[in-house]
Amino acid sequence: MDYQTPQDRQYTKSHEWVKIDGSTATVGISDYAQHALGDIVFVELPDVGASFGVGDAFGVVESVKAASDVYLPVSGEIIEINEALLDAPETVNSDPYGAGWLAKVQLSADASDLLDPATYAQHVAEEASK
Amino acid sequence: MNTYEPPIFELSGSGKVGASLPAVGVPTSELPSELLRTDDLQGLPELSETEVVRHFTRISQRNFCIDTGMYPLGSCTMKYNPKIHEEAARLPGFAHIHPLQDEASVQGALRLSYELQQLLAEIAGFDEVCLQPAAGAQGEFAGILVFRAYHLDRGDEQRDEVLCPNSAHGTNPATAAMVGFKVIEIATDARGNVDLADLRAKVGPRTAGLMLTNPNTLGLFDEHVQEVAQIVHDAGGLMYGDGANFNAILGIVRPGDVGFDFMHYNLHKTFTTPHGGGGPGCGAVGCKAFLAPYLPGPIIHHENGQYTRYVPEKSIGRVKSFMGNFGMFVRAYTYIRMLGAAGLREISENAVLNANYLRVKLQDVYPVAYDRPCMHEVVLQGKLKDAPDIHTLDIAKRLIDFGFHPPTVYFPISVAEAIMIEPTETESKQNLDAFIAAMRQIAHEAVETPEVLHAAPTTTPVRRLDEVGAARKPVLKYDRAAIAALRGQAASTDDQIVRPTY
Repeated sequence: MDYQTPQDRQYTKSHEWVKIDGSTATVGISDYAQHALGDIVFVELPDVGASFGVGDAFGVVESVKAASDVYLPVSGEIIEINEALLDAPETVNSDPYGAGWLAKVQLSADASDLLDPATYAQHVAEEASK
Repeated sequence: MNTYEPPIFELSGSGKVGASLPAVGVPTSELPSELLRTDDLQGLPELSETEVVRHFTRISQRNFCIDTGMYPLGSCTMKYNPKIHEEAARLPGFAHIHPLQDEASVQGALRLSYELQQLLAEIAGFDEVCLQPAAGAQGEFAGILVFRAYHLDRGDEQRDEVLCPNSAHGTNPATAAMVGFKVIEIATDARGNVDLADLRAKVGPRTAGLMLTNPNTLGLFDEHVQEVAQIVHDAGGLMYGDGANFNAILGIVRPGDVGFDFMHYNLHKTFTTPHGGGGPGCGAVGCKAFLAPYLPGPIIHHENGQYTRYVPEKSIGRVKSFMGNFGMFVRAYTYIRMLGAAGLREISENAVLNANYLRVKLQDVYPVAYDRPCMHEVVLQGKLKDAPDIHTLDIAKRLIDFGFHPPTVYFPISVAEAIMIEPTETESKQNLDAFIAAMRQIAHEAVETPEVLHAAPTTTPVRRLDEVGAARKPVLKYDRAAIAALRGQAASTDDQIVRPTY
């Protein structure tokens, strides 16, 4: 199966994406992640103003199969959350890279250890073959 | 008989009664109007005694239980509960006593509890046991509170992290978080063991302990459990053993001998007290002597022929009222006494043999997550060749049509499309063969007639439930109009609901 991996952003091994724009970043989960989880029924997001380090769990996406933590690919303070997901969690399934974004972050440090689209696509191919 | 049973409110008919009351000898008056229900229910249902009995009997007959069929729910140890346990638990000296009675009048019950403590301590290699926790998760909660109390008592105050391998039971990280610890996840290596490199990288002076389920939820015995314990102990941490899978190693490995400091037992799994549907359970806990002063209480003490209750000096306190679920102690005691040491070992040998029999007979069709002998359960994957649109959920639902309770699915989450099967030692070879035949037939259907799997189950009072809809838009209150609307939708498909007739 082919999963979308847009070229305009970076990824993590735990299947989050991050799109950095100056000193802020938008984060979400990848097409592969939403597909692996299946129908998402609930999204839990942090409070605006909360601060997290790289790799900290900042939210939860829950499907019928499982509830999964979502890890922040960068460090910083949450400046906006996608409140529309609270009533329409299925948006994460239908548009993971667009309207299904989870949160926006004010960066507190330069990002590092992120995967470029090609490396992430390879990682997904390995995971999917397991 | 396999028909839909409506809620009792829909069976109501005005004026029907189930009891004859004497004539009223005083003037009657209406209830004040503000106390009358005006909602959809329109008061309590009115039925005759016959109808009430039939309604609840019908519902009870819809229940799938271990007494009606094989229930291979991985990690849950759904094994047969011998009926003699019920006889023992109903003996008047056990059934008709009260926890506030004078100890002198309940010496037999206290003696049984004391001897069960001793038996459990011996079986798992610990020095002290408390029977009070009512379930595995409560045993875990008590254990992690004991770890916390131990570290704080020694003035070791910086330990705020608990390590949990990702093959642990889900309750392990939940317990650590509930007690206030930060949960640190440890990876699994290629053979399904704790990844030692990842453990070494994450253990340290902030480690309060590590919670290990062994055998783990992959059905695998951790091959370097002693090394894991050594690494954690060298860092000053403690080893918590989740005994949920103890059924696989009775009489073979004693957790206390391989480095565990504390463990909970699931009497309602391993020692066959009733389980599921409310139990009640018993998550007794055992530990090494150095942790005993912090155990919950009461614990039974025996001296000079007298059995008494005591609470340890530095106890974390009670986790349950009185002694816990005493009826479960009687059942577990009966089980252990009937089997003896050799019988307990045979249980585990057969539980492991049965799981491996299923593994070997199914692995050519269903991929095995880790290709090595398993313990009491095997984790397969619902990824079938030439059936890309068939998922584990479809396979699980189709098993219902063959008369089997589905296994645990989509757990552990580290395995894609997981199907976790625990046959237990109480299934005969004929039953195992029937299950294997059903699984192979389903794999065949997945390729030849996938629509059959997508439609499953078809032999149940209701068809495939809309689990996504139920989670996204739950209807949490009985709503006659909403249910009628849903029923109208169902009637327009082939999901005809057959109404019962009386």
